[in-house]
Amino acid sequence: MIEVENLTKRYGNILAVDRVSFRVDSGEIVGFLGPNGAGKTTIMRILTGFIPPTGGRAILSGFDIMEKPLEVKRRIGYLPEHPPIYNDMLVSPYLEFVSQLKEVEAKERTREVRRVMDLCGLTEVENRLIGNLSRGYRQRVGLAQALLGDPEILVLDEPTIGLDPRQIIEIRELIKNLRSEHTIILSSHILPEVEMLCGRVIIIHEGKIVAEDRPEHLQSTLKSSDRLFVQVGRAGPEVPESIRRIPGVISVFTEEKIPGGYLIDLERDEQKVREEVARVIVAGGSGLLELKPIRMSLEEVFVRLTTVESGSPEEGGKFS
Amino acid sequence: MKKIQALVIKELGSYFISPVAYVIIFIFLAVAGFLFFQILSYFNVQSIQMMRYPGLLDRLNLNDMVLFPFFHNVVVFFTFLIPVLTMRLLSEEKKLGTGELLFTSPITTTEVVLGKFFSAALLILVMLLFSFVYPLVILIFGNPDAGPILTAYLGLFLLGCAAAGLGLLTSSLTENQIIAVISAWGILILLLIIGWAAQSVGPTFGAVLRHLSFMEHFQSFSKGIIELKGVVYYLSFIFFTLFLTQRVLDSQSWR
Repeated sequence: MIEVENLTKRYGNILAVDRVSFRVDSGEIVGFLGPNGAGKTTIMRILTGFIPPTGGRAILSGFDIMEKPLEVKRRIGYLPEHPPIYNDMLVSPYLEFVSQLKEVEAKERTREVRRVMDLCGLTEVENRLIGNLSRGYRQRVGLAQALLGDPEILVLDEPTIGLDPRQIIEIRELIKNLRSEHTIILSSHILPEVEMLCGRVIIIHEGKIVAEDRPEHLQSTLKSSDRLFVQVGRAGPEVPESIRRIPGVISVFTEEKIPGGYLIDLERDEQKVREEVARVIVAGGSGLLELKPIRMSLEEVFVRLTTVESGSPEEGGKFS
Repeated sequence: MKKIQALVIKELGSYFISPVAYVIIFIFLAVAGFLFFQILSYFNVQSIQMMRYPGLLDRLNLNDMVLFPFFHNVVVFFTFLIPVLTMRLLSEEKKLGTGELLFTSPITTTEVVLGKFFSAALLILVMLLFSFVYPLVILIFGNPDAGPILTAYLGLFLLGCAAAGLGLLTSSLTENQIIAVISAWGILILLLIIGWAAQSVGPTFGAVLRHLSFMEHFQSFSKGIIELKGVVYYLSFIFFTLFLTQRVLDSQSWR
């Protein structure tokens, strides 16, 4: 379990993390989403005890990272942004070394190293020099290192970066399987990945949490169907004309690819407006075939949340 | 303790899996061998010349005329090789991001510093063991006093460890290995020649400078004397540099 309260990190004048609070329960996978430089890595580094926060508290598995850093470090597996690998070591001695650092019992060590190598698909490269491995394998060595000793909490900074699509699927499967007995925080740029793996998404922008919710909720909150799609059987110039006259409609575009298709931008999504649109089209006798709100993909949600809109400073609390 | 051991094994592995250890040991032995050969041939020439003056023959002495100058010359080159061994120990962790593993593992900074230091100390021991072939030649073909050889080696080892402590400190301060090695060299040169200034600064301050000098303390070791103040000097130098290194690492994770 992870509890974070008002975590703040300042580098000189730059505020990298600004009063971030969140909670991750055992068995939960939480995804950090945000553009580069948003503060994801900084938060992860604080949680793993690599750097101290300027203010606030972080409690992992019941231990405060500032007061009992070693206890926290015993319970954490961390894959940093750049896999922490020594290029001049072979894969299995490297994992042996890390398992010693992580206090894996001597008699368990060989079995534990074998276990993570199997999990991460490293068995065929176990006697290769890490420096000679491909990007994908290095990433997997980094992940294997984090899994050693079966820590309660996993902090994974962009776990699938540099992997090919087949490996990405494998690693995602692996992370999903870890879910039951671990608490996992991962960060990613790849939105479908977060959507697929995480029970909850935290969107971070400029060091602040701008949204926090289940991925499907985030979409529906923000689906905010400012936009409707309609298709009519008999298209004519009078159709957009009549729709445009409905109060609450901003503009109407013709959807070129679909015959009789129109895109309607609304001031806000209100059932009344939708009803009115349907009524007007049916009354006009154009033959309403389809009417649906257009859902924003998580990509669009993300872009929307992280694009700074001037004059809306209170954006933060709105979705949480 | 187990983690220190793991770190030592890992570091020694890196030294020997890459060409670093081999190159450094080879170059050290080659230069030491050249010095040894030169000093020995000079000794030969002198012994032949002295045949003419039987009165001076008892002045011919392997300890004074071969081994003492040998150690005296070797020690300078030896000292300058040590920061090359230690330069990557901490700076590389920072540069490659592997420090992020090390400092998020349940290991204290003290353990990290000790592990790194012991691995360098062991490599120094290996270097010195190989260089023992030269005194061995004298021991086999001549009859020098073995005592000063052993104390000189003790002195070399202590001095090497002190230089390693300093090298570790400069390595902890930067992620650039060149900066680490150059700044260690700068401090070492100063410590080697600081005694030179002793004559010109008056008796009290001169004694202080002499006591600070790396060479001054080594001299008594190479003469066959184990002086307590020399041992204390090197040990406290090691302790002080390692302590500072530990503080540097700690402060970096708290900045």
